[in-house]
Amino acid sequence: MSISVQQLSKVYGEQHAVDHITFDVPAGQIVGFLGPNGAGKSTTMKMLTCFIPPTSGKASVCGFDSMEQPLQVKRRVGYLPEHNPLYPDMYIKEYLEFAARMHAMKNFGPRVDEMIDVTGLGPERKKKIGQLSKGYRQRVGLAQAMLHDPEVLILDEPTSGLDPNQLLEIRKLIKTLGEQKTVILSTHIMQEVQALCDRIIIINKGRIVADDSVSGLQAQSSGGTIVKVSFKESPSKERFLEIPGVAEVKRIDDHQFLIQYLGKGDIRELLFQFAVTHQLTLLNLQLEQQNLEDVFRQLTN
Amino acid sequence: MIAIFRKELNVFFSSLIGYIAITIFLVANGLFNWVFTDTSIMSSGYADLQPFFNFAPWIFLFLVPAITMRSFAEEKNTGTLELLATRPVTDLQIIAGKFLAAFTLVVFSVLPTIVYYFAIRELASPTGNVDTGGIIGSYIGLTLLGGSFVAISLFASAISNNQIVAFISGLFLCFICFYGFDALALLPVSEGSADAIFNALSINQHYQNISKGYIDFRDVLYFSSAIALFFLMTQTTLGSRRW
Repeated sequence: MSISVQQLSKVYGEQHAVDHITFDVPAGQIVGFLGPNGAGKSTTMKMLTCFIPPTSGKASVCGFDSMEQPLQVKRRVGYLPEHNPLYPDMYIKEYLEFAARMHAMKNFGPRVDEMIDVTGLGPERKKKIGQLSKGYRQRVGLAQAMLHDPEVLILDEPTSGLDPNQLLEIRKLIKTLGEQKTVILSTHIMQEVQALCDRIIIINKGRIVADDSVSGLQAQSSGGTIVKVSFKESPSKERFLEIPGVAEVKRIDDHQFLIQYLGKGDIRELLFQFAVTHQLTLLNLQLEQQNLEDVFRQLTN
Repeated sequence: MIAIFRKELNVFFSSLIGYIAITIFLVANGLFNWVFTDTSIMSSGYADLQPFFNFAPWIFLFLVPAITMRSFAEEKNTGTLELLATRPVTDLQIIAGKFLAAFTLVVFSVLPTIVYYFAIRELASPTGNVDTGGIIGSYIGLTLLGGSFVAISLFASAISNNQIVAFISGLFLCFICFYGFDALALLPVSEGSADAIFNALSINQHYQNISKGYIDFRDVLYFSSAIALFFLMTQTTLGSRRW
C-alpha cells in the first residue's frame, strides 16, 4: 500500500475536522478527494504530509508512519498545499533549485530544466514568481511537488485558477504521472474526477460517505437509470407507467420523454417491446448518465 | 539547513535589506564615534574603542529585530511555512538556517569597523599603544551579543504572523535582556541575591565582562545557553501547530 490511513481523526476544540476515516491506496492509483468546503479534505492531506499530527489514528506513506518517521514520509511525498504558497521575490528557477536543495538532491540542474519544460513554464522562465499569472504559479507549485520524483503526490486543488487550455494540459500531466505514481488530489470539479480518477472518496463533515470507482458511484446513486426516448407518434404519458419498474415519466415535448427506471434489467429492451406492442415508431433511445454532481449532492446534503 | 541558509542570505542580498542594514550600522557608528563632537572618540581624549562598543549594541537593538522580523512571520502569513515544514528537514534545521543567515549579516556589518582599530592605533601616543586584547575581546563580545539578539528576534518572529508585531516584540525582548535586567539589579528592592541573579541574566553584564579582554568560560556559556534557550522556544512555538 502506498498510503494507508486508519481511524484517522483530527479534533479542533469541539469540532471534528476529520472523524475516524480509514482508507488504503495501492501504488499507481489516482484518487479523487471530494467533499464540500470544510469537509476535512485539506486537514487529511496535512496529516498525510506530516504538517500536523492526527488527534488519533494512524497515517502511513509507503510503510512509514507519519508520526514516527516523518523524514522518511516527507522524502517520498510531493505536496501542493491549498492556495499554493510561493515566494514572490524568487525567480522560478531559483525557487525550484531551492526546493531541490531542500530535498538534498545532487546534480539537480537537468531535473529543474526538465520540470520547467514538463509544466510548460519555458516561456516564463526568466520571470520572478510574483510576476506570474495564477495559472503559471499553479504550474510552479506542481513543478516543485514533482521535482524530487516522489512516489506519492498529494495535490490540494491542483487545477484551481487554470484556464480551459491549461486545465487540459495539467490533467494530461497528472494522468501521465498517475501511471507510475500514486496521486491523491482534491477538487470541486466533477468532470475532472471523471476524466482523471480511478477512484473517488467523498467525505462530508469529516467522515467518508462514499469510496468507489466513478461508474460504481453512478450506479450506487438511488436515482436508477434515466432514459430519453422519442417516438414519431405522441403517446400519452400515462401509458409508460404500464411498464413495471418505471417510476416517473417527464414529457419534454409531444414526442420526447424522460423516463426514470428503478427496476432490474435494461429499460431499453422493455421500451422497444413497448413500442412494438403499441405500434409506435421508435426514433431515438438514449441512456442518460446519472450525473456525478447529483450523486455528490445526495451524499453530502 | 544549508539550503535555507543560502535562501535566506539570498533574500538579504538580492533585496535592499542586507545593504541597508549594513549601511545604517556603519553610518550611525561612523557619525557617533567620529563626527558628532559630544560622543566622538576624537574628543574623548583616549585612544580607545570603548565608545564604539558601548554604542553598537543600541543600534543592534533596533537593527537585528528589523532584519529578522520577516523570517517566520512572513512564512506563516503566506503559508510557505507549510511547504518548508513538509520538506525532509526538521524544524530545528529550519531555525538554524535562518539564524545563521541573519548572524552572517550581523558579522558582515561588524567586520568593516575593524578599520576603527587601525585608526586609533595611528592616533595613539606613542603610535600603536592600544589595548589590543581588550578590543579583540570586545569584538567577540559584540558578535556573541549580536547572536543572542538574532536568536531572541527569531523567536519574536515565530510567535506572530504579523511582521510589525514581530519587530516590536523582538525589540522589547532584546531590550529587556540587554538592559532591563541591568536596570532591575540597580533597583533598591533587589539588593542582595536578587541583584546577583538579575546581573547574571543581563546580556550587558556579560558583554562588559568579555569586553575587558578576559574571555571567561562562564560568559561564553551564558551567551551560548541564551541562544540555545531561544532556539528551543522558537522550536516549541513552531511546533505548536502540532498541539
